[in-house]
Amino acid sequence: MSDWERSSTERVIAPARPRKLAKVPFVELADGRLQGVVSSGSDIERVYVSSVLVGTYAFACSTNNNRPCGGARGSFCNHIRALISEAVLQYGAERVARYLRVETVDGEPSAQTIADVMSNTRPSQGDTKAAAPVFSRFLRHLAYLELAPSTAPLPEMQWFPPTRGVA
Amino acid sequence: MRADLLSEPIAGLDEALAAVDGFDQALVAGLLRPQPAQAAGLTELAHAVAGTPLAARVAEAAEKTAAGAASEDHFIALAAARTALLGSVHDALVSRLDEAFGRTRSEETAPQAAERQAANLLVAARSWLSDLARSGWQGIDHDVISGSAQVVSAMLPDPALRRLATLLDGFAAELAASCPGTSLERVPVRRWGDLWSRAMLLTLPGAAEEPATGTATGRLLPLGVDLQEHATAVQAQVHAVFEPVGGAVSRVVRASVSVPKPDTVVGAGLWQLLRPHMSLLAALGEGRSMDLVGMPVTAEGDLVWSDEQARPGEPADAFATARVALPTATDAVTAPLDRHPARIAVPVFLEGYVAQTDDDALSFAVAGHPLIVDTDRIPSAGPLTPEAVAASGACIGLLRWDAGTYRVQPLAVETTVRKKAVAIHAGGWAGGTTDKAGVKAEKAATDAVAVLRERAGRLLRK
Repeated sequence: MSDWERSSTERVIAPARPRKLAKVPFVELADGRLQGVVSSGSDIERVYVSSVLVGTYAFACSTNNNRPCGGARGSFCNHIRALISEAVLQYGAERVARYLRVETVDGEPSAQTIADVMSNTRPSQGDTKAAAPVFSRFLRHLAYLELAPSTAPLPEMQWFPPTRGVA
Repeated sequence: MRADLLSEPIAGLDEALAAVDGFDQALVAGLLRPQPAQAAGLTELAHAVAGTPLAARVAEAAEKTAAGAASEDHFIALAAARTALLGSVHDALVSRLDEAFGRTRSEETAPQAAERQAANLLVAARSWLSDLARSGWQGIDHDVISGSAQVVSAMLPDPALRRLATLLDGFAAELAASCPGTSLERVPVRRWGDLWSRAMLLTLPGAAEEPATGTATGRLLPLGVDLQEHATAVQAQVHAVFEPVGGAVSRVVRASVSVPKPDTVVGAGLWQLLRPHMSLLAALGEGRSMDLVGMPVTAEGDLVWSDEQARPGEPADAFATARVALPTATDAVTAPLDRHPARIAVPVFLEGYVAQTDDDALSFAVAGHPLIVDTDRIPSAGPLTPEAVAASGACIGLLRWDAGTYRVQPLAVETTVRKKAVAIHAGGWAGGTTDKAGVKAEKAATDAVAVLRERAGRLLRK
């Protein structure tokens, strides 16, 4: 076995890169989708739940009250484009491209090229069935702020050292 | 210090690890219907514990598992065997360290946890872990992994289940990022074997309990802080020397504070989450000792911190503590279940070494013997850098062991900046900072948390 395979404390996923959260408070690569939540520019109470499917790039965008997004008719809306940009900031373009199975032709992928490659395949508009589970994952994510700290030792964290590397 | 001892082979170590590897390889392919090669790995594990009280149970578990007829109890027995083997590896590595550094270790033993009723959530966690073992790392997909989310969410708010919940949360995130298993180019074989076995044993009621066995009254002299994080949790552990009032022998102790977090809170944001809950972080930043009165402490040397039991004391230089107080302080024993090489973190003081950089890897040559320096563990939100470590003349660090070698994790160094001798601490920003880069990082982190709190205020509980 290699040293990497024999290591107990190798970091398997790099920590998220810091980014501003005001526009896109939540983005994740999970459940076979790039998915997240985008704040509405006009209504502070409203958020859009947006997602792009891995491989087929089928996309969906609707409000948390399940009203369809006006911009996501036939092609990516601005919410989905913002979601892709912020995913690239948080996880790095390479990881996002690999996850979505996007092959950029020349050079390093960027948020722009990833969005363009996907959009050029004329992806279909998916249904908004995913909106509810994505929104509940966002609420679960927010709920982490409400959990109490503890001063009892957590020996399991010895397996999770910090790293200077980022995504 | 006898650096030569750290590179000398330890009798039996390779054999014990080979038995662990055999089992870990079986987990790669999965335990649903093990092939002959995997079955051999299971048998090897059983043979390795044949002379122990676990022998009969593990032999039966290996046999049933090889035949594809294992129950959850059989998986527990296998996890116990693997844990016991690594426990013996831990003990051998620690006694070698004690010999090399001339350290004394307490003889106090950790109390046995009382048997408890099995909680439903523990049963649910065990069932998920069993499914995971059956699919194997190559068989994981989003369906298997998502089964953990509900269990973790339900466990996190309960302090008694926090250890298992935090472990499962970090483990599941790694597995989810590695799906589907069929397209994995490489597997962190030992690591996932560790996380799986440990989680499995923590589903046994009472296994996660490490009760306080006494109280500490006296002076606490901090050495440095070790930060640990995964996407949704962070822990800071302050390593310190405790001098009891009345002149009893001083002890090496730790004080920990941890909190779950959203994955977008990183860098300086980690200190911000932890800072309000342990005044020791501020004392550490200011280079102060603390006076403790009746602070609960476990047999493992873990202070169970409460700000009411501590007040700021006199200024105390960590390097003076490391030079004068550390050599005579007694190290604590490790709780039986925590005996694992990854758990080794012995505070040491090094000086008179020659720093060498080879292929980007830094090592300290101590009396001609190179000791790897784990610079990647220096938190990015702090003033200490790998360059400062490479230019240092003295170092407070944690002696660790991973992937077959001892290594030192720097907590603080003495170095020369513009012809002036200075001490730089990895946890220099733990209590806050006026450093320009630090202030900027703190501001960004404050903004991130403010946005999330605002969103949570509007969207949660609706």
